[in-house]
Amino acid sequence: MTDITPIRTQAETQLLDYLRHPRSSLPVGDGSVIRRADAIARLEREGLPNRRVEEWKYTDLRALLREAAPPAERPSAADIAEARAQARVFADVAAVRLDFVNGHLAAQDAPPAGVTVIGLAQALAEEHPVLSNLNRVDVAGGNASYELNRAFLSDGVVVHVAAEQAVAQPLHLRFVNRGGAPFSTAPRVLVVLDKRASLTVLESHEGDVAAQPNSVVEFVLADDAQLEHARVNTEAAGTIALSTITAVVGTRAAFRSVNLHAGTSVSRHQLFVAYEGEDARVTLGGVTVLSGTQHADTTLVVDHAVPGGESRELFKTVIDGEAKGVFQGKIVVRPDAQKTDGRMMSAALLLSPDATMNNKPELEIWADDVQCAHGATCGELDDELLFYLTARGLPREEAEALLLQAFIGEALELVTDEAIREAMTGLAIDRLAKLA
Amino acid sequence: MIEIKNLVVEIEGNRILNGLDLTVRDGEVAAIMGPNGSGKSTLSYVIAGKEEYEVLEGEILLDGENILELEPYERAARGVFLAFQYPLEIPGVATMSFLKAILNAQLKARGEAELTTPDFMRRVKAAAERLQINQDMLKRALNVGFSGGEKKRMEILQMALLQPSFCILDETDSGLDIDALRIVAEGVNALRDGKRSFLVITHYQRLLNHIVPDTVHVMSKGRIVRTGDRELALELEASGYADYVTEAA
Repeated sequence: MTDITPIRTQAETQLLDYLRHPRSSLPVGDGSVIRRADAIARLEREGLPNRRVEEWKYTDLRALLREAAPPAERPSAADIAEARAQARVFADVAAVRLDFVNGHLAAQDAPPAGVTVIGLAQALAEEHPVLSNLNRVDVAGGNASYELNRAFLSDGVVVHVAAEQAVAQPLHLRFVNRGGAPFSTAPRVLVVLDKRASLTVLESHEGDVAAQPNSVVEFVLADDAQLEHARVNTEAAGTIALSTITAVVGTRAAFRSVNLHAGTSVSRHQLFVAYEGEDARVTLGGVTVLSGTQHADTTLVVDHAVPGGESRELFKTVIDGEAKGVFQGKIVVRPDAQKTDGRMMSAALLLSPDATMNNKPELEIWADDVQCAHGATCGELDDELLFYLTARGLPREEAEALLLQAFIGEALELVTDEAIREAMTGLAIDRLAKLA
Repeated sequence: MIEIKNLVVEIEGNRILNGLDLTVRDGEVAAIMGPNGSGKSTLSYVIAGKEEYEVLEGEILLDGENILELEPYERAARGVFLAFQYPLEIPGVATMSFLKAILNAQLKARGEAELTTPDFMRRVKAAAERLQINQDMLKRALNVGFSGGEKKRMEILQMALLQPSFCILDETDSGLDIDALRIVAEGVNALRDGKRSFLVITHYQRLLNHIVPDTVHVMSKGRIVRTGDRELALELEASGYADYVTEAA
């Protein structure tokens, strides 16, 4: 057999160069749970994922990433102070903040009672037992974006909620990118909820620089734990954003994650969920608004390995201009996962003839007593509805705006908390208003 | 007053209205009856301004102004209201915010001040009570999961709120049981004030027992072929539309 050495793209060469001189001092050697060397070897072997890799068919990262930006330096005190002070997403929601500036944990409020927050560097150095919860979702392993985060891991934080703790105040993971020249970031967050604990996590990605962030946030829910996750991306044009959410759900646990994508030039947002306990409930929702030449990919795998799991996925995409949306959703029901109830829907509205949507819903069912359904739609604004609204007195633009809000509203309604839902709705409406 | 003169309308090359003339005076309740396919719904859509209809000839004068060149929302602001035969469901739009949006849009188009929230709430509440629309319905998404009767009552609620000068009721009785029909008819009758005019489109005379018309027009093949008073509706109920279908064919 002959090994074929692929011709490296400029970005691939740059990435491997950066890895030869790592800036991060995290203890991520062979003895750690991160094992950076494995991820680097994978990158050397496989390069960036391209359209010939099935999961990356519609988001050819090799072609999209022409120039790989260097890993960000640790921000200065002045940068941190300014990032803390600047206007922010979820400003109207009273939350405990953990601020990441350029991928580095920069500032944190005192955690609420029952919650422990440890910097990833410290946790790794101490070989903290909670770290055994990293990398627990099989279907995320080997994923190119997830592995790149491992290879470039810059900083992170571990959040641990003790058993029985119902934390009222949301925790806000805020990722701010600041500065002139492009840079890359690779933060990792681990949130572990012990039995019957509950927590709301807000996550925002903000910034005024064309950055290349690649974040991984991992949630582990023990039996009867409840986690609500609301995420917003308003990153600047030019940004190429990779992000991965993983979740492990225990018996009767409830996990909910709703994402609003209203920024970046290119993005790939991944969700990988593994059911470890029976009768767990998972709700995943998303709204993506695109225009110009934006490209946004939402890819998810929901892995039912045990009986009685329920999953609901509802994703809405509005696409204008020559923008391109991608939805790849897969529900896996393993042989033991009887009585699984899964429903997945992806709906897209195309506002221009040059807009594109690639919908790829998949069911992979190995059990025989399950209820699973998926749907995917692609359409234009309904003329009948527009006539109804204009005949009632709304000018056409207002009628269109109302229908667009209604379209995405269905997914935002999945956000349980009213203040959080309103903050996300406001941002979504602002984004829609810029389409006209 | 609305005056329709020699209206000729096509859709996708098919002629639907064929030189229709009709006048509805202020305060008048005019009924249009006719067999299926005679163009009744088309007439209502053309008055309201639906796009896909091509008006080849004629004019529609609302208080002397030809409204054919106006956008649907401009016609609405001038007082045209069409109660749909099949009101549309709009998931994600809360009924209350929808009501507020359409009322304020019309007030704005007329250069009038928007209603304060308490005034708006009072008006909605008063109209809702008369139509037996409960608070729960108002909190839901517009028409989503509503029964046929609830949808029609919601149409009349909007009519009561917007206070149009010319109301078109397109087959408002379709799909209604007798109780729902009575509630809807009472809602309409409450809006009869001697100035507001109505065009009641119906296939059956049943509705006209509840909303008693001043005039009855029979439509066939895109034209008004006979005009009379309420007795004409009763006569049609007895004899059916067979005469008109054959006559026009």
